[in-house]
Order: sequence, then C-alpha cells, then structure tokens
Amino acid sequence: MLGVKLFSTRVARTPVLLGGLPRLPWAWAAGGALALLASCGVGVLAGPVHIGFGTVTQALLAPIPGLGAGISVDPGQANILWSLRFPRVVLGVLVGGTLAVAGAAYQGVFRNPLADPYLLGAAAGANLGATLAIALAPGTSVFGVNVIPLAAFVGAGAAVAGAYALGRTVTGLRSTTGLILAGVAIAAFFNSIQSYVQQTQTSSIRQVYSWILGRLVTAGWDDVLLVLPYVVLSVAVIFVHRRLLDALTLGEDEITSLGISVRRVRLIVVVAATLGTAAVVAVGGTIAFVGIIVPHAIRLLVGRSYRVVVPLSVLFGAAFLVLADTAARTVVAPAELPIGVITAFLGAPFFIVVMRSTRGAPL
Amino acid sequence: MSDVSLSAVTVAYEGRPVVRDLDLAVASGEWLSLIGPNGAGKTTVLRAITRLVPFDGDIHIGGRAVARLSSRDLARGVAMLVQEPQMPAGMTVSQYALLGRSPHLGYLGKESSRDRRIVRDVLRRLGLDELASRALDRLSGGERQRAAIARALAQQAPVLLIDEPTTSLDVGRQQSVLELIDQLRREQELTVIAAMHELTLAGQYADRLALLVGGRLVAIGSASEVLTEPAIAEHYRAQVKVIEMNGSGTAVVPVRR
Repeated sequence: MLGVKLFSTRVARTPVLLGGLPRLPWAWAAGGALALLASCGVGVLAGPVHIGFGTVTQALLAPIPGLGAGISVDPGQANILWSLRFPRVVLGVLVGGTLAVAGAAYQGVFRNPLADPYLLGAAAGANLGATLAIALAPGTSVFGVNVIPLAAFVGAGAAVAGAYALGRTVTGLRSTTGLILAGVAIAAFFNSIQSYVQQTQTSSIRQVYSWILGRLVTAGWDDVLLVLPYVVLSVAVIFVHRRLLDALTLGEDEITSLGISVRRVRLIVVVAATLGTAAVVAVGGTIAFVGIIVPHAIRLLVGRSYRVVVPLSVLFGAAFLVLADTAARTVVAPAELPIGVITAFLGAPFFIVVMRSTRGAPL
Repeated sequence: MSDVSLSAVTVAYEGRPVVRDLDLAVASGEWLSLIGPNGAGKTTVLRAITRLVPFDGDIHIGGRAVARLSSRDLARGVAMLVQEPQMPAGMTVSQYALLGRSPHLGYLGKESSRDRRIVRDVLRRLGLDELASRALDRLSGGERQRAAIARALAQQAPVLLIDEPTTSLDVGRQQSVLELIDQLRREQELTVIAAMHELTLAGQYADRLALLVGGRLVAIGSASEVLTEPAIAEHYRAQVKVIEMNGSGTAVVPVRR
C-alpha cells in the first residue's frame, strides 16, 4: 500500500478535541424547526373560513387509530382542512425546502453565489412546457394527472439535459463557465419559443403569466404525491454530498489531487438538484428568489459550510415558502397573488437587512 | 517504498509538447528540486505525476503504475501542494486540513475520530493548533502556507509534490517553510519533489537538482554540479555569480549587467 504513517497515531480512547469543525448549531436547527412548525400553523389557520386551533388539532388526531376515537369534527371544516389547507401547506414545505436546498447545491457545484435552481434553464423549460400545455391542451389529463405539471416537469428536465449536453460538447465539463453559458443559451432559446407561443395564443396569456409567477396549485394530495418521491430523492442526495460540496470550494487541481472526481460530484448533485427543481416547478411554477435568498441568509448568519447550509436551507426554505404562500392567498382574498411576488417582496428587503447587518462577511 | 520513477514521459498541451521524453528516478526519502526557466515544464511534471494532465510514457510510485491506480489510491500515495492554494473564505484551518483525509474516506464517507486525531496531530506539529478555529481568510501569508502544508500532510501520502512553495513569502518565511518541509521529510521519510524558481534555496534543501529547459532534462545532480555559471547563463540568459559557501551549499547571486 502507498499510505504511510506520518505521525504518531496511537489509538487513544479519549474523545478527540479539534476546534473549528463545522457543526450544525442546535439552536439554529431548533429555531428552524420551530419556524417551520409555526409557519405551518399559520398556513393551516389562515383562510376565508375561520377554523380554530382546536379544530385543526382534532382534525389531525381524528384519523389516528386509538387517539382519534371519540373525536368529532365538523365534516365541512374537516374537508377544508384535509382537501385544501393541509395539502397546500405540505406542498409549500416541499417546494420551499427543495428550492432552497437546490439553490445551495447549485451555488456549491458552480462556485457561483448568483446560481439559483434555474441556472441551467429549468425555469425556461418548465415555462415552455406549461405554456404549451395551457395554450394547446387546456384541461387535459394524462393518467388522471393534469397535463400542465407534467409538461412543466418534462420541459425543465429537457432544458437542463440540453444545457448539460451542450456544455459537455463545448468544454468537456472542464469548467463550470461553459455549462453556465450553455444554460443561458438554452434558456434564451426556450424563452423565445415560449414568448412566441404566448403571443400567438393571447386568450391564455393571463393563465400563462400567473403560472410563470408561481402559485401553489390546490389539487389536493395528488400534487403532493406527485412530487414527493423526486423531492425526497433530491434532498437526500444533496444531503449526503454536504462534505463533498465543502470540498468543491477548493481549487479544481486540489480537489482532484484529493482523489475526488469533480465531474462525478458535479453531475450527481446537478442531476439531483434538477430533479427536485423540475418536480416542484411543475406544481408551483417558477417561484423566484427562494433558492438564492435562503442559502445566502444562512451563510451570512450561521456559517458557510454545507454541513450547516444544507439542513438549515431545507427548514428555513420550507418555512419561508409556507408563509409566502399564506400571504399570497390571504392579502387580496378571495383573489390570490402570484407567490413569486410575495417571495420577492418579503425576501428582498429581508436579504438586504441581512447583508447590511453582516457587512464584511464573505459571500 | 515511495520511490518515484518517470520513464519517457511526454506531456503535450493541444499538440504542443511541454515535457519531452523525460526520464527521472527519485529515491524513497529523497528531495529532488525541479529547476528551470519559465515554461520549462516543472509544474507540468508535477501535474503529470498526480495525473492532472494526460501523459505518454510511464510513471511509477513505489513500483505501481500511476496510470493504473484509482484516484483515491493515487491520492493516498501522492499529496500535492499547489502554487497558490485556494483558501475558501470562512473555512476554518481545521476544516481545511480535514479535507486532506478525503482519500481515506469512501465517496460519501464521514471523517472518524481517527481522522480528526491525525489532523489535530498535524496541526500541532505545524504549530497551528492555536489557529485551528480561525478562518483561512484571517491568516497571514506564512500561516496560510502552513495550513496548506497541513492539508497535504493530513493525506499521509509518502510522496509530497510542491509547486513553488515560497512564492510571495519573505526570505525568513521562505526559510521557515523549507526547513519545516525538510524536517518532516527526514522524520517521516517523505519523498519530496519540488518545482522551485529560487535557485539558492533549491540548492540548499534538495538532495539533487534537475534542470529542465523546454520540457527536456538537461542536467541532474547535486547543487554544485548543476548550478554553474555557464549553465545558468545559457539556460536562464542570466548573469550570475555562483559562490560555494564552504560546506553551507551553493549561492547563486545575480550580477548587474
């Protein structure tokens, strides 16, 4: 074997005290969990029909064998909770957590603080897919699933796959710049087609525009189940790559000389992040800012290691989006605002405050 | 065994050869410094050994062909200290050094207490234990260089490749860094191959010097054999005075033309 013992490495049974290693601060993790719980509570309680905390608790407990015995909830209220509010809040959790963690992952693999989950054209592809579905096949279902999210999912996946293939042929994936430029080119191409379709199908402009700005559709649990496998897979893959995402902050030669394949890590993380992004974009539209604001706020406030950024992005991204969605559907009720308007309106000033209060911290 | 041998190694960038037909043999525990003017191919030789560039010919480490080693096995055998290590802002010294344990972990592996112990010992050895929690961007130039050495040493590889280890350091720090590397080499029987510009320092610390010009090996031997005024004048186009310092090595002093 080539390995050599450089230093005395006698195995002692005492714990190793080595300062400066990144650890998930328990206070922040608990704070994130509480924020998520609170935002879910607000999301479930807010709505045109007043439903009290007690009713919500009873509705949650009622289906549980043993605990739910003897609990009776008004069927109308139970229906509102189980068919509309619970699935919408859960969808918000999935979409927000995924967009935030995918943004963090993209920023890691591309070493670009401005990277967001749409960097390689996922938004443009999803927008084109959804626009085509809205304009050309409104109300169509495939295997009982609305065609719009399916078309958006396929569009997002196709755009990123196209960008990856193009980047690979141009620069052989030696640099991230080639991949980013390929993403820009593919996005521009898809956007041009989307604009053309939108202009020629003026009757559906409003619906297309509303979709593009993002809105959590309320198709009940079907949408949750539709995105759940992709979201779980995506987040899990990014989660187990936290150490390698930290390693990617070194120079490319240094990473390679540590026996780490940069291309392999980049490919796996990009595929995972894209899969999650495509899934949540399919049901939520292209919700902006979450993927940039949340990871950066965590970097500035807590720490830059991906061992910290990834788990906290999931918690705070989910909490932020549930709150934003609650605001989107209550501010001008009974109408709904596009969620992207809320995420930008709330997120941008918050982010500016964070940036100003942490002046001098590395971005 | 950590001897390094290069046999008929050629490296080309876009069809233009930058290292040509190079044969080198570095014994286990030896310090070989690669010297030569800019563009001589010194860094490229180091990059070929770590397989960062494709090459023709054979490179063996401890009798094993580099081309046939897995990336992790290669990283366990060879550590590389690049000329300007990228120091991620906000990363602490200990986290940075711990990345050096990567070759000993699985793809998704996690550092064990043994890995942390090794890094703690390395930091202590390099006088960095007090700075373990400090962010890299808050270190002085000399401390950063030591942090980079710590990361390379945490790899526990028997072969250490160093690219211009003293760039941007003042003369005192140059001396400290090279003395530290030399001391570690002797203690741990490391094989060191260093690309160096500073000829006097190269001659002071290396067992042998290999002079590369235009990608070819033109001279190899002790400092007094390689660092001669005619050779330096010919290959560096420099006018120098070479001074033998009575058992303290060879000094190369530029003389104003």
